[in-house]
Amino acid sequence: MSVTRLTKLIRTSGRIAETAPPAPALHTGAEVFGGSVQVRFINGGSCNDCAMEVQSAFGPVYDVERYGIRLVASPRHADVLVITGAVTRNLIEPLLRTVDATPTPRFVIAVGDCAITGGVFAEGYGVAGPVSDFVHVDLAVPGNPPEPAVIVEALRRMTGR
Amino acid sequence: MTGVAAIAIALVQLVLFVFLAPLLIGVIRQVRARLEGRAGSGIWQPWRDVRKLLVKNPVRAVDSSWMLAAGPVTLLVSSLLLCALLPLVGTLPLPLIPSDLFVIVSVMLIGVVALALVGLDAGTAFGGMGSSRHMTVAALVEPTLLLAVYALSIPAGTSTLSLIVETRLENPAVIISPVSLLAMVALAIAIMAETSRLPVDNPSTHLELTMLHEAMVLEASGRDLAWLELGSWLKLAALLGLLSNLIVPWGVMTDWSALGVVIGMGTVTVKILLLGVVLSVGEVFLAKARLFRVPELLAGSFALALLAVTASYLVA
Repeated sequence: MSVTRLTKLIRTSGRIAETAPPAPALHTGAEVFGGSVQVRFINGGSCNDCAMEVQSAFGPVYDVERYGIRLVASPRHADVLVITGAVTRNLIEPLLRTVDATPTPRFVIAVGDCAITGGVFAEGYGVAGPVSDFVHVDLAVPGNPPEPAVIVEALRRMTGR
Repeated sequence: MTGVAAIAIALVQLVLFVFLAPLLIGVIRQVRARLEGRAGSGIWQPWRDVRKLLVKNPVRAVDSSWMLAAGPVTLLVSSLLLCALLPLVGTLPLPLIPSDLFVIVSVMLIGVVALALVGLDAGTAFGGMGSSRHMTVAALVEPTLLLAVYALSIPAGTSTLSLIVETRLENPAVIISPVSLLAMVALAIAIMAETSRLPVDNPSTHLELTMLHEAMVLEASGRDLAWLELGSWLKLAALLGLLSNLIVPWGVMTDWSALGVVIGMGTVTVKILLLGVVLSVGEVFLAKARLFRVPELLAGSFALALLAVTASYLVA
C-alpha cells in the first residue's frame, strides 16, 4: 500500500476501538500483576471457533491491549494461559509442558464449552478430557464459542483495568 | 572540580534515562496504537510490565547455564554505561573514561554479545537462529557506526562524542554540511538496526521465523526478561538521545550549573520523545525487510558513511 493511501486510510478510519465497558472486579490473587498481563494462547485441540473469538478480542475493535493485556510468543513470558478446546491425546504432554514452562504466579483460563466440559467432542476417540482434568483452571469462560466481549471481560479480571 | 561535575552529570543521566526509557517505549507504542485505530494501553504500560516481571519467579531451562542469569545483567549494565557516557544532558567528559567513539562502540558490543549468548544458552532452535541473525546484523552495523561517527569527528578534530556535540553547538553550519548529513543518515540506519527496529526487525512480532531480538529472549522469564527488556529500551533511548543531540545540539549543558542541568534534562526528554514519535509514525509505513535484504540496507548505510568520510577530506 502506498504512503498516500495508507495516510488516507488512517485519517478516514480514525478510532476503530469501541468504548470500554466498566472494569470488572479483580480476580483474587491477580493483584500481583499490577495491571500488566501477558497471555500465551494454547489450542488444546479445539475446532478453532474459540481461537477465532480470542483472536478478535485482540483485534482493534475489542482492543484488549488497552487494558494492559498482550499476546506473547513464549510461555516463559506469560502470566495467563488461555486454553481452548477439549484436550486431545496428542496434546496432553505439550499442554503440561507449557504450563510447567510458565513462571509463577500464573493463571489458567479455559475458554469455551469444549475446554470446560469436553462439549460435543467429549466422547471422541482422540479426546482425552476437559482442560481441568490435566491442569488447574482458575477461570472458565462458557460459551460455544463465547463472544469476544465475554473473553475480554475474563481477561480484564486479571488486570483489573 | 570538573571531574566531580562530570560524575554528577553521568549520575543525573543514569537516573533520568532509567525513568525515561520505559516512557519512550510507552509513547512509541501508544502512537502506533492510535494510528492503528486502537485505544492503546497508555504510556506507563512498559513500567507496569517491568514491575510485574520483577515479582515473578524466573523459570530457567534445565539445560541452561549461569549465562542465562548473568547475560541480562551484563546487557543492562552495558546499556546503563552507555547512558552515563554519552553526551545526553551535558557534555562534560568523565576524567577517566572519555565518551570516546571506540569506548562507546565497545561498551555497546559487550551488550550485543551478552544478548547473543543468552539466546544460545538454553539450546533452543529459535534462540540460536536469533543469535546468529543478531550477530550478522551487528557485524554489519558496528563498522557503519564507527565510520559515521568518525566522519562527524573530522570537523571537530576529536573522536570524543561530547566534544563533537560541543563543536556542533558552537558552529551550527557544520550540522547541515554534506558530510554531516551523509553521516547522520548512515548513523540513523545503523541505530535502527542496532536497536532492532523496523525495517530490520519487527519489535511486535509473534512469529518466531521473523524474529531477531524476540527470538533471543524467548527463553528468558521473570527478572531475566525484565533486565533484557530494560537494557534494550535504555540502549534505544540513549542512541536516540545521541542522534537528537547531534541533529539539534541546543539545550545541552556545556558548563556546570544547576539551571543548565534542568534545561539539559528538559530538552533531552523533549527531543527523545519527539524522535520517538517520528520513529513510531515512520514505522507504521514500513514493513519488515526480508532478512536477505537487510545486508543490502546496511551495506547502503556503510556506503553513505564511507562517502561522508571521503567528502570530509574533499569538501571540508
